[in-house]
Formats: sequence, C-alpha cells, structure tokens
Amino acid sequence: MSRAHQWIAAAMTPDHALRVLLILILFWVVLGAGGLLRPRTLRLVAHILFPLGAVACAGVAALAGIFLTSGHAPETMILPPGLPDLPFHLRLDPLSAFFLLLLGAAGAGISIFSAGYFRVGEGSAPALHCLQYHVFLASMAVVILANDAYLFMVAWETMALSSYFLVTSQHRIPEIRRAGFLYLLMAHVGALCILLSFGVLQGGSWQFTFDAMRGASLTPFWATTAFALALLGFGAKAGLVPLHVWLPEAHPAAPSPVSAMMSGLMLKTAIYGMLRASFDLLHVQFWQWGAAMLVLGLFSALFGAIFAAVQTDMKRLLAYSSIENVGLIFTGIGLSVLFAASHMPLFAALALTAALLHALNHALFKSLLFLATGSVLHATQQRSLGKLGGLIRRMPWVAALALVGTLAIAGLPPLNGFVSEWLLLQSFLFTPQLPHAFVNMLVPLGASVLALTVALAAYVMVKFYGIIFLGQPREANLSHAHDANKLERLGLGWLAGGCILIGVLPQLALRIAAPVTGQLLGTTVAPALSFWRIAPIAPEQASYSGLVFLAGIAGVFAVTFVLVRLIAHGRTRRTAPWDCGYPWQTARMQDTAEGFGQPIRHMFGGFFRMERDLPAADDPAPRYRIHIEDRFWRAIYQPIAHGVQRTADAVSILQGGRLSVYLLYSFLTLLVLLVFVL
Amino acid sequence: MRTISLVRQLGEVLVAVGIAPLFAGWIAQCRAWLQNRTAPPLLQPYHMLHKLFQKDAALATDASSLFRSTPYVLFGTMVLAAAIIPSIATDLPFARAADAIALIGVFATARVFLSLAAMDIGTAFGSMGARREMMVGFLAEPALLMVLFNAFLLFGSTALPSLVDGYAMKRSVVDPSVLFAAVAFLMVMLAENGRIPIDNPATHLELTMIHEAMLLEYSARHLALVEWASSLKLFNYACIGFALFLPWGIATHGSDGGVSMLIAVAALAAKLVVAGAGLALIESLSAKLRLFRAPEYLAIAFLLAVLGLLVHLLLGTSANA
Repeated sequence: MSRAHQWIAAAMTPDHALRVLLILILFWVVLGAGGLLRPRTLRLVAHILFPLGAVACAGVAALAGIFLTSGHAPETMILPPGLPDLPFHLRLDPLSAFFLLLLGAAGAGISIFSAGYFRVGEGSAPALHCLQYHVFLASMAVVILANDAYLFMVAWETMALSSYFLVTSQHRIPEIRRAGFLYLLMAHVGALCILLSFGVLQGGSWQFTFDAMRGASLTPFWATTAFALALLGFGAKAGLVPLHVWLPEAHPAAPSPVSAMMSGLMLKTAIYGMLRASFDLLHVQFWQWGAAMLVLGLFSALFGAIFAAVQTDMKRLLAYSSIENVGLIFTGIGLSVLFAASHMPLFAALALTAALLHALNHALFKSLLFLATGSVLHATQQRSLGKLGGLIRRMPWVAALALVGTLAIAGLPPLNGFVSEWLLLQSFLFTPQLPHAFVNMLVPLGASVLALTVALAAYVMVKFYGIIFLGQPREANLSHAHDANKLERLGLGWLAGGCILIGVLPQLALRIAAPVTGQLLGTTVAPALSFWRIAPIAPEQASYSGLVFLAGIAGVFAVTFVLVRLIAHGRTRRTAPWDCGYPWQTARMQDTAEGFGQPIRHMFGGFFRMERDLPAADDPAPRYRIHIEDRFWRAIYQPIAHGVQRTADAVSILQGGRLSVYLLYSFLTLLVLLVFVL
Repeated sequence: MRTISLVRQLGEVLVAVGIAPLFAGWIAQCRAWLQNRTAPPLLQPYHMLHKLFQKDAALATDASSLFRSTPYVLFGTMVLAAAIIPSIATDLPFARAADAIALIGVFATARVFLSLAAMDIGTAFGSMGARREMMVGFLAEPALLMVLFNAFLLFGSTALPSLVDGYAMKRSVVDPSVLFAAVAFLMVMLAENGRIPIDNPATHLELTMIHEAMLLEYSARHLALVEWASSLKLFNYACIGFALFLPWGIATHGSDGGVSMLIAVAALAAKLVVAGAGLALIESLSAKLRLFRAPEYLAIAFLLAVLGLLVHLLLGTSANA
C-alpha cells in the first residue's frame, strides 16, 4: 500500500512527468501489439486492451494537468535513437502539456467507447484495429512532445499512416479506398510543406532541434516564407479552406471512433503545430501573418457552417462542422498574432485563450457527437439523415448525451462551446484599438462573420439533432433500434461530463490555459480567478458565470415546476398530434434534411455548384435530385489533377518499354553530364 | 447591504415576471385602437394564462421528455435573463453574471430548445416553424452583435450595468452612432420577438407563421408557460433597449434608498407605456414581409449597425487628429 503510494507520489513529482508520460506512450504501443497475440478474438481487445488504453489516456491527461497547474519549468530529455548526429529530443512545456491534456481527456472517452464499439466482421480484424488505434494515439502524443524536426516528422508521418489504415479499414468499399487515397495525398502534401518550413526555420545553422530554431535569426522574407509554408502544411492537416477537401471524405469513411479521433484529436495536433511554429519558433513578427490567418479562419468557419447546413449524411455534416470549428480556432490564433505583433499582449492572450479553449472544447463535443453517430449507425445501419428520425424514444441514453454535445457545439450557455466563442467575441471588441488604419475598421466586421457562423452552427445542430433523434421514425426498421451498450454510454458520458464541467466552471479551463499564454506571450488573462465567474479583462468590462446560468435556469425550472403543480392540476391526456385535418399523413411527410438545407441554398447560392433534376408535372415516376458540390473542387483540384495527368502522359512517351531505348537514355545523360563537367 | 441588493434583485425579477403579460396586453390594446377595433381588456393575457393553467394538458402520444420539459426551460432562461438585465437598478448581484453578449446566448438557448421541442412530435408545421425560427435567429445575431459593438466603443464595456452607469456619468454625450444602433436594435427586436414585419403574433395562417407554428402541439399549462416566456422575452428585449439607449431613471450604482427605486419603477412604467404604443404603431403601419425578404430586412439592420460603427470610428479618428 505505502509502496504504491510512494510510487504514485514519485510519478506525480513534476520532475518525472516527462518520463512517466513516455512510459504511458510506450504502454499504448505495447497494448496495441498485445492484441496481435489473439488477432481474431474480440474479447481480449474489447475487455482488456481498450479499457487499459483509456486508463493510460486518463493518466496522460492527469499528468499534463498537474504539470500545468504546478507551474514547473519545462522538462527536456534526449533519447539515443534517431539519426547518427541527431538523437530524439523531447520537451514538455505548457503548450505541449495543454495539448496532451486535450489528447488524454478526449482520448479516454473515445477509448472506452471503442471498447464497446468494435465488433467482429466489420472491416479489419479487431487486433489490427487495436494496433493501429494505439499507434495513432502514441504518435500524436510524440508529435506534441517532439523537440526536434526529425522526431516531429517521424511521428507526424506515423500519425498519418496509422490513421490512413484506420480510415480504410473497410477497404472493400471503393468509395472508402478513394477517400483514403485522397486523405493520404493531402497528408503528404501537407507534410512536405511542413518539412520545407523546418528547412527554412533552421536558418543556415543546419541544426534541426527546435532549440536551434528558436535561436535562429531569419530575415523578414525567410521568416514569412517559413510561416507561409507552416500555414499551408498545418492548414492542410487541420482542414483549412481551400485545403479541406479530404476532410468531408475521410471522416465519414472511417469507423466512428476513428472519426472522433481524427476530428477531435488529430486536427488539434495541426493547431498545436501552428502555434508551435508561429509563436514559439518564429516569435510572431508581423501583424500581416495574423491578418492572413484571420481571413482564412473566418472564411473556413463560414464555409464549413454553410456546407454543414446542406448535408444529408450525418457524418459528413459533422465533418463540415469540424472545418467550421477549425476556422474558429484559426480566427482566434490570427487575432492573437495580430494583437501580439501590434504590442498588445493582454488582448493577444485573450484571443489565444479563446483559441486554446475552443480547441479543447471541440475535442470534447465533436468526439462526443461522432461517437453518438457511431451508436446510431450500429443501431440502424443508416448514415443518411433522410432515413432516420425519432430515435430519442428508442435510444434515450444516446439521445440525452448527444443533446449535451449538440447544445455545446451550438454555442449555448451554460455549456463549454459558448465559453470559447464568448471569449473570441470579447477579443474582437478590442480590434478597433489596433494601430493600423483601415485594419481597425475592417477587423471588427469579422466579429459579425463570427456571429453569423456561430448562429448558423446552432441552425445546423438543430437540424442534426432534430432529424436524427426527434420526430417520427422515417423508416420501419428504425423501431428495432437498440440503445448503446454500457461501455459506449460510459464513453459518451465521460465526454458529456467534460462539456458540462468546462461550461459551468470555465475558470478551471482558464487556469489550464494561463500557463500557455504565459509561455507564448508573457501575459495571462484574468489573473485573479473568481470562484463563480470569469472576467477576462475586468469585471466592469464583461463577465460570465456558467455556474449562475446553470443554477438560475435549474432553480427557476424547479420552482416553476412545483408552483405549476400547486396552482394547476397536473392532469395529462395523451392524444394523437394535430393533423391539420389531413389524416393520411405518414412519417415520410416530415421535414427533411434537404428541407433544412433549402433556405441556406437559397441565401448562400454563390458558395455551391448545384445540379438539380426537377421532374415535369406529368412525369409518371418523378425523381427529385439535387447535387451540391464544392466550387473549390473544380476550381483548384481538378485543374491540378488534369495537369499532373497531362505531365505524366507527356513523360510517358519516354517510357517505350524497349531496353535499347532506355540504354540510349543513360548514354545521352552521361554525355550531357560529361559536357557539363568538362 | 448585501441583503438589500438581494431583496432588490428578487423584487426586480418579480416585477418583470408580473408585468410582462401586461406589457403584451398593452401592445395588443394599442394595436386594436389603431386599427379601429374594440380593444380586449388590458388584463386579457392574465385571464388567458389563468384559463390555460386550469385545463387538462393534451400531449401527443409519443411526446418525449424533451418536449415536456422545454416550457420550464424556456421560462427559466427568460427569468434568468430578467434577473441579469438592469431594468430598475444596476447594483444587482445577478447583473454581473453575464454581459450583453452572454445574454444573446441565453436567448439562443431558449430558441434552440423551443425549436427542438417543435420538431419532437414530427408534424410538418412544427419542423417548418423550427427551421424558420432558427433562420431568423442566425440572421439577426450579427446585427445584434454589431449594436453591442457600438455600445462597447462608447463606454468600453458590454456589461449592461456598466453601460447604464456610463450614461449616468456623461449625460451630455450624444453620439450619432447611437442613433443608427438604436434603429438597428429596434429592427432586430421586432424580428427576434416574432413581431410584424417578420412574423405575425396574431396569425394562425399556416403558411406564414413562425412562432405560432412551433407552439401548435402545446396546450394548457405547457402553453401557458411558453406564452408567458415569450411575453417575458419581449419585455426583456425592451429592457435591454432601455439600458442601451434610454437609461434615464434606472437607479445607478451607489444611489441607495427607496426614492431612487420609486423613480426607477415609475420611469420603467412610463418607458414601457411609450414603447408599447410605439411598437403597436410600427406593427399597424407595416405589412408582414415574405419569408425570403427576411434576410434583406435583417441585412438592413446589420448595415445600419455597421454604419454606426464606422461613423463612430471615423468621427473618433477625426476628433483625435
């Protein structure tokens, strides 16, 4: 007993935090490999390995949280493996600790859900899933801890590959193979940009440790080049428009826990990378960087929200909503850079806090919703919103927990999504003070785009929840839907609990984010924490109390309920709903996902490329069809693809298939080289 | 001191909950007068609530618990908002729990809950109303935010008590941006509360209704709570408008004592009487817009607020230069 206690105490002393974290990461890999002992049996994987992985996740989150709150100095470590001259460097500082906390907190919920989710006969063997899943987790943790470019890239590629295999676990379906290929392609284009960015960042020293990059002095041109490359690379991973095309394909293709991991966690490693590159390695030099990120972020947010509103597949809808949320996070980062480069560190800290908090919140509620779609998918075999409905009666647990996620992502108090969006709006209020003419008038308008996006997100989520869980079942087979099993409920409940906790006590989250803004900007918001409310700049300026909101609404709810019972009698008569005098209604006559998209298509027509088939009035077998496409696909990607194809065709003339011709090429090459040398 | 402000808080909430139906009744009465109809009695909304509370609730067969709890949630959010808005005094314990932007969040919560409840039964009208309500909501929010942005530029705060106190400090400030913001706010208020250019509270014509479509399945005590909550919402919006643009009379920070409270209550009553008559006038003079004209209407509100913002910034720079 006392020995265990000592061991725990030793593990919790911050000096060993990095070491214990590495042990936990190694533990994940061991767990993953452990499944290979009995590759075809589900029991080992589901009952032992995934729950253990969840415990390790919780451990990572706890360690990172302790590190953040204790305020210890960054820890570094050098591990021998690596290139001959470049061993692996690792570093645990507040920024990485924050993202490890995010990874662990959301990962624990996803892992425990996965324990109940994966079934035999769905895609790859369970053990393979388990291996890829845990390698994916471990690689994300290493990305966050890496302190040199080499280890970072190794972990980054491991992350991309393991997630690729997870996405294509049902590789017998052609669309999934295609989605996987697109994902792999974009991941590598992004990785290439990141690699080039690191190449610029080393600044001629040829030292690829992050420590050397922090010290390198770059000319403005090269610094901006490095920033632009990093923005391209990390933006591609995060799903920033116009590099987002892989996201709505890959997220729906993957099994739901994997979608949750990719959307909730993997996108956040890109956010982490962007913060690391722009704040830590490049020390934020020009406000134009911030303006670029702000514009891209706002556009992505609006774009994602508009496209989410017209989707008819529940997982695609959530994927577009991820683009929206990543856009919001980038908006926060952009504002922060804008303020920081204009020497307004306090406001920069406010915007950065909003971005960090939104990253954490998104990890929680988006994982929750993706997992809920997984439960719905297992219960109904349906992903199309047009064939769902009324599941709140069949799946009360999933419906209740998904409602928490829905309200959170819609940005409603007293849940967590509201807190970060509120902070972001608060930081927009200070933009008129920016010392650049015109910028200080244009940026405030960004706040209205933000407000529009947030409110559109609420529209999208009402559609999402209302069509899936409310109303009447649109298909007969939905009456056989079953609720999620216990482990799945536990996973969903964990994430929903996180959403409520941060929403009601946002000061906890501010406390966790404070060391990060301290590290990156040298200042923090709301240094004096109040137990009941947050007031980021000053209480006279603005404050918000999630606790009062929850207590107020719940208190009035209870009092009203009792009073109504006292005043009015509580008699209730169950009848059929009012049918407007038309008794032949069926469940298929309810409002549809397309119906919800209609006002959006009408108002934001310029965003889409639409193809419509409207049958004639006398058509005996009418079929309505509407196909909506992303304009970027035709504007950017198809020309590039055609160009690549044409170049390949042109080059393929050289490839005649005759050995003698190939020998001639070699001979000619040698001749040319000789001419150069001589 | 602490107990006094608590008592004051409780009193303010009770006043709000108590007179919100009266405000709705007053508007209905003014409307009837303006339209040459015989006006319903001023206390008609109370009779209505009383009648509804006495009835048996008729619930659709498969209404879920979400549907049944939504009226209570709506009422809760509106009472919370009434507690936060400084309608009589600024020195309230709850007033610092949220600023104006967080208040928008409270209203959004109510809107989403009502929309979800409307979709619960699965009737065509319910979902259609929910969709339209959410649409008006997302169009109105940018304009409302820009209005608050204006207020922030003037007084460096989005907390309503600070704004009211700020007005009290520099009474002479008349900034032209306020005028733009006030018109924009009025337009948003009409849209958000389902008043005439966007929605007609008196209609039950299926194709045009928004708010009423969502309430079709509610009856008896549930309907009473929903109706009470929506009159409270209108009252709350009016009080936000008073705090932003007509804060005279509200008992400011530090002014203790019964006299200032009496003045505040009298001022509130006077403002409500005038505002109700004004709303009725606007509603009688304008026609309901087609649904797809709603974006244009709210875009005008948004542009007015932006104009206010730009006017303030431009005048501010020229004054500084």
